[in-house]
Amino acid sequence: MASDLPEQVQFNRDIRPILSDKCFACHGPDSGPRKAKLRLDIREGAIGKRQGYKYAAISPGSTQASALVGRILEENPKKQMPPPEKDEVGSGGKLLSKREKSLLIRWIEQGAKWESHWAYKPLVRPEVPSLQSVNLGPIDCFVRVKLVEAGLSPAPKADRRTLIRRLSLDLLGLPPSYKEVQGFLKSSDPKAYENLVDRFLASSHFGEKMAIMWLDLVRYADTNGYHSDVHRRIWPYRDWVIRAFNQNMPFDKFTRQQLAGDLLSSPNSDAKIASGFNRLGQTTKEGGAQSKEYLAKYAADRVRTVSTVWLGSTMACAECHDHKFDPFTMRDFYSMASFFADVKEKALFLNDPFMAPAHPFPPSSASHQKLVEVQDIENRLRDLYWIAVGGGDRPKAEKKEIVKKQARLDYLSDELQVTLVTEAVEPRIVRVLPRGNWQDDSGEIVQPAVPSFLPGLQTDGHRASRLDLANWITSSDNPLTARVLVNRLWREFLGRAISRNTGDLGAQGEWPTHPDLLDWLAVEFMESGWDIKSIVKSIVMSGTYRQSSIATEETTKSDPDNRLFTRQARFRLRAELVRDSVLSISGLLHRRIGGPSFKPYQPDDYWKDIETFGVLGPGSNWIHSSGKEQYRRGLYVYWKRSFLHPALKAFDAPERQECISERSISNTPLQALVLLNDPTFVESARFFAQNILAESGSDLNMSLIRVYQRALGRLPSEDEKKELEYLLKAQRKRFRNDPAAATKLLSVGQAALPSKTDRSELAAWTSICRVVLNLHETITRS
Amino acid sequence: MELKTKFRRQEMNKIKLEETRREFLVRSAQGLGTMALASLLSSSQQTVSAESLEAEHWRGVLDPLHFVPRAKRIIYLYQAGGPSHVDLWDYKSSLESSHGQKMPESLTRGQQMTTMTSGQRLTIMKPQYPFSRFGKSGQRMSTIIPHIGQIADDICIIRSMHTEQINHDPAHTFMNTGSIITGRPSMGSWLSYGLGNQSKNLPSFVVMTSHGGGGGQPIAARQWHSGFLPGQFQGVPFQSKGSPVHYLDQPPGVTLEDQKKIVDSIRSLNLEHYDVVSDPDIVTRINQYEMAFRMQTSVPELMDLSEEPQYIKDMYGTEGADGSFAANCLLARRMAERGVRFIQIYHRGWDHHGSIKKKLKQVTGLVDQASAALVLDLKQRGMLEDTLVIWGGEFGRTPMAQPSKKEGNEGRDHHIKCFSIWLAGGGIKGGINYGSSDDFGYDVASDPVHVHDLHATILRLMGIDHKQLTYRHQGRDFRLTDVHGKVVEKILA
Repeated sequence: MASDLPEQVQFNRDIRPILSDKCFACHGPDSGPRKAKLRLDIREGAIGKRQGYKYAAISPGSTQASALVGRILEENPKKQMPPPEKDEVGSGGKLLSKREKSLLIRWIEQGAKWESHWAYKPLVRPEVPSLQSVNLGPIDCFVRVKLVEAGLSPAPKADRRTLIRRLSLDLLGLPPSYKEVQGFLKSSDPKAYENLVDRFLASSHFGEKMAIMWLDLVRYADTNGYHSDVHRRIWPYRDWVIRAFNQNMPFDKFTRQQLAGDLLSSPNSDAKIASGFNRLGQTTKEGGAQSKEYLAKYAADRVRTVSTVWLGSTMACAECHDHKFDPFTMRDFYSMASFFADVKEKALFLNDPFMAPAHPFPPSSASHQKLVEVQDIENRLRDLYWIAVGGGDRPKAEKKEIVKKQARLDYLSDELQVTLVTEAVEPRIVRVLPRGNWQDDSGEIVQPAVPSFLPGLQTDGHRASRLDLANWITSSDNPLTARVLVNRLWREFLGRAISRNTGDLGAQGEWPTHPDLLDWLAVEFMESGWDIKSIVKSIVMSGTYRQSSIATEETTKSDPDNRLFTRQARFRLRAELVRDSVLSISGLLHRRIGGPSFKPYQPDDYWKDIETFGVLGPGSNWIHSSGKEQYRRGLYVYWKRSFLHPALKAFDAPERQECISERSISNTPLQALVLLNDPTFVESARFFAQNILAESGSDLNMSLIRVYQRALGRLPSEDEKKELEYLLKAQRKRFRNDPAAATKLLSVGQAALPSKTDRSELAAWTSICRVVLNLHETITRS
Repeated sequence: MELKTKFRRQEMNKIKLEETRREFLVRSAQGLGTMALASLLSSSQQTVSAESLEAEHWRGVLDPLHFVPRAKRIIYLYQAGGPSHVDLWDYKSSLESSHGQKMPESLTRGQQMTTMTSGQRLTIMKPQYPFSRFGKSGQRMSTIIPHIGQIADDICIIRSMHTEQINHDPAHTFMNTGSIITGRPSMGSWLSYGLGNQSKNLPSFVVMTSHGGGGGQPIAARQWHSGFLPGQFQGVPFQSKGSPVHYLDQPPGVTLEDQKKIVDSIRSLNLEHYDVVSDPDIVTRINQYEMAFRMQTSVPELMDLSEEPQYIKDMYGTEGADGSFAANCLLARRMAERGVRFIQIYHRGWDHHGSIKKKLKQVTGLVDQASAALVLDLKQRGMLEDTLVIWGGEFGRTPMAQPSKKEGNEGRDHHIKCFSIWLAGGGIKGGINYGSSDDFGYDVASDPVHVHDLHATILRLMGIDHKQLTYRHQGRDFRLTDVHGKVVEKILA
């Protein structure tokens, strides 16, 4: 028997993952495909006597009397379990490793104890492990204990430059200015780091950074998604999210306002805006679509979203059958859907690009006159768009007027905050749909209810509402919500979650690398009154956060995936932050917080395949924003689901058609093309160069130093300087010989050129800045 | 995660294999860009050492393949909007003889229709153009597609396709990803993930959408996105008009030589940084810049149709890069020659709710000749045997008329219970048809082929067991075919 087996086998850590992955498909919670009347997810199912079978699958303490042991050791493929061949539906074909077999056997020998799944266990504050050594905070104690067990030590502290850049990118989504870096380097205040943390947490950019994660989860976008994918005005919701993070709104309140802001006893306008959450899903206006079918789609989408966002559970699986790995039933699925049956909505909406779907929300304070003006402008815009797209080239006068009118409209709607909200109506009837089939009306009618295996929801007999759901989600009895959120937050700051798959804390998710740490953070978070800034502060103050991200040979070997957090993480910035960083370094960034989405430069014709009959407007016509608006942060880019801006998409921003819990981080040639050639990045390089030349004049050495200081917060090495000097000389020569080329390069973008300028010199420096803005280091958080 | 580890392993191997630091720098002093540039500008591939490029592109998770592959690449001529099977591929004499009569209620009762026809009087409508037999095989097809008629002996018509979604958007999503829930990887992404990239200069999954033919229903980028698979597996859109790939062209005023210098400098500085932090992602990044630069030089060569002889252009019916379906078909062949694994061409304009007679003429005028030319061209180059060509849309159209206020302007509504597609080349038996519909082309009568079955068959032809190409996402091993799919063995050569 393998020698590396744990002394004491633990069901949740060692056994459940094996059973879930290899056995549950036929012997799990779903009764449909269950074979041999055997279920292994609960103790009674496994040890009980089954009719027609001589032996129980498992007889605790006795491998002899456990039929399971014989079957997993069986060599005859016809009797072997799991079956070596996949069956029709693809079950089976997952062989047990030697170690897995040994684990199962030892577990049975040790009495085959079941545990309820870790994530469903009530939250209890774990004791902080005591360590002989130095004075460590609780988080570091939990991490260190595992390191000691593995005979490893943490990485050294990150140097201060790295640390401030890391913290700034993590909390604000922007690189620090060189002045900030210098201030931090020079400070001898022992609380300098903590002061920095406090300052960043108080910055209004904090909310922007946090919002990105949340907007992925709730699938926020500026268009409706299906088919023609037309405009929908709901950006005030996005701004509400930013505000909520900035004001450190407790997470329970944050949850209540989104799920049920409209049902609060006297909802203010913020609560109503927040309730727009229920309207964020994809909707259609495709001709010929049947309402009933689409209402079913919307309902299922809401269940998928709510269960992933708050419960870290894949309830999606229970739309057509009981969940195969977790105890969610189909009834649970449709009962969850039933909470949202009161949301007033149209399954299909008219071809109105401006107000779709119905029920905008004008706050009572809005002046009537302004609302009328909004309507007038919208009518005029509609005509203008028709004219503008009628001919081949857009007529100039119309295009000009569109820009002007759109700006006024943006201004007014900004002020009026007209947005989609939730209104409650008489609930629709919700049935269990057999096999998920919306045409089948034979299923049982269900009332709103929470999954039956989780702590119950008391309603004193009245129909449970979305508000009840929100309160249940954030009640202290709920074992999932806090775990799910702190797990996500940990990932934001350490690059890897404690239970790796933030969207699935169920049986098929990953056993947390640090279960006690996760629970400690969750309890801490709840007991603090769901205080997000406070839990974030605890994380970023920890030594674990502040260590170096450089892997040593030893840690690469012994902890290749950094499961023990032997070092900090290095990862490419998210799509939006790539943009933000480059704009910020160049000096072009417009730091306006919130407001209607804007349109950066985009390749012509990128939307040609989505244009369709009779749907015009901001969701169908791309006219890039002018003036400062052009330089806003990535999270405000007009988010069109069918054709997300190609630069964002290249860097893995999701279209947000579905709830997204994890973004992939790829490394592709298209990313190189974006950074090299997208006008936004070329213009940024030029503007960056302008600033450098304005500051340093002809001092080459100083200029190169400034470029590095601004972009990377550090000085260039001699080799780096040499490389760039070499390039600069060649480019100077090149552009002096061809001044027309210099002029062309400098014409990219709309930012003004300085009146007196040596164009070939500026063009050569633009090349230098292009190089630096393209560096791996520039777009990497370490 | 497994994927990331695999990537990392590839990268680390590369570092180990490739070079000591010194060799690396020596090579970078001249710059890979130089080599790529030299080789591609002189159109001699020989100067780029194969091993220097070896480890830098994705080779797929399937090694070895589950079956001997019959096809190495796929060209999917996607006819978006729902081509009418009863007007093109599936001749029904009953439609002629019962023209104008009420559709038998026994067939239509309880069936899903779109709101455009549900509740209305459903009258049978005969085929819009005469049918004829083509080729030695005598395949029956409409005379409005005479060019495809010429390749009758090369194609296999499946007349028993059926799907689950009756509106365009979800039906496209279902046809491309095997799911109606958005966010699943498309077929091309699955293949790229499974099989890797054969080309050193081009992406493995390319998409083109054609101009012309009156627009039609929208088509969203989700049809070629990678869903929960990492972004490098998404389809890369190419345009045959204007800039071929987004952001491919260097900025104005910057020559290819300038760009090469920029890329070389980026490489040197990234290497400097690699020396300090030993982050393998930096090596990957360097490789991606090399690939990007190679694309900047190889794509214009790919898109340049001037070297194609006139008779080839005439065969397709295009003079060159004009964004038409025909130009895209010719480009698809050029991409296939250069190792692109999955090429998908969308032609919108098959959504004939009204005036179907006129519109069929219009759209077949744009599609017929080039579709046939592609097959013939591949064949004459010996490439058809390992290139799978697929021609079809997201569903079919009703045998009943969709009424119009003006006589003669009738059309047909969407139909999901039965429709036709065809396949050719790469392991497909030519000159046959498979499956059949009932007397009216309404329901499948024999050998039904579901979308999942089609997917299973396509994967099989590429050497993949559809049950074994999986990706773990949110705790579940996902497949293109979900938990379904049967290979249609009888159409395999």
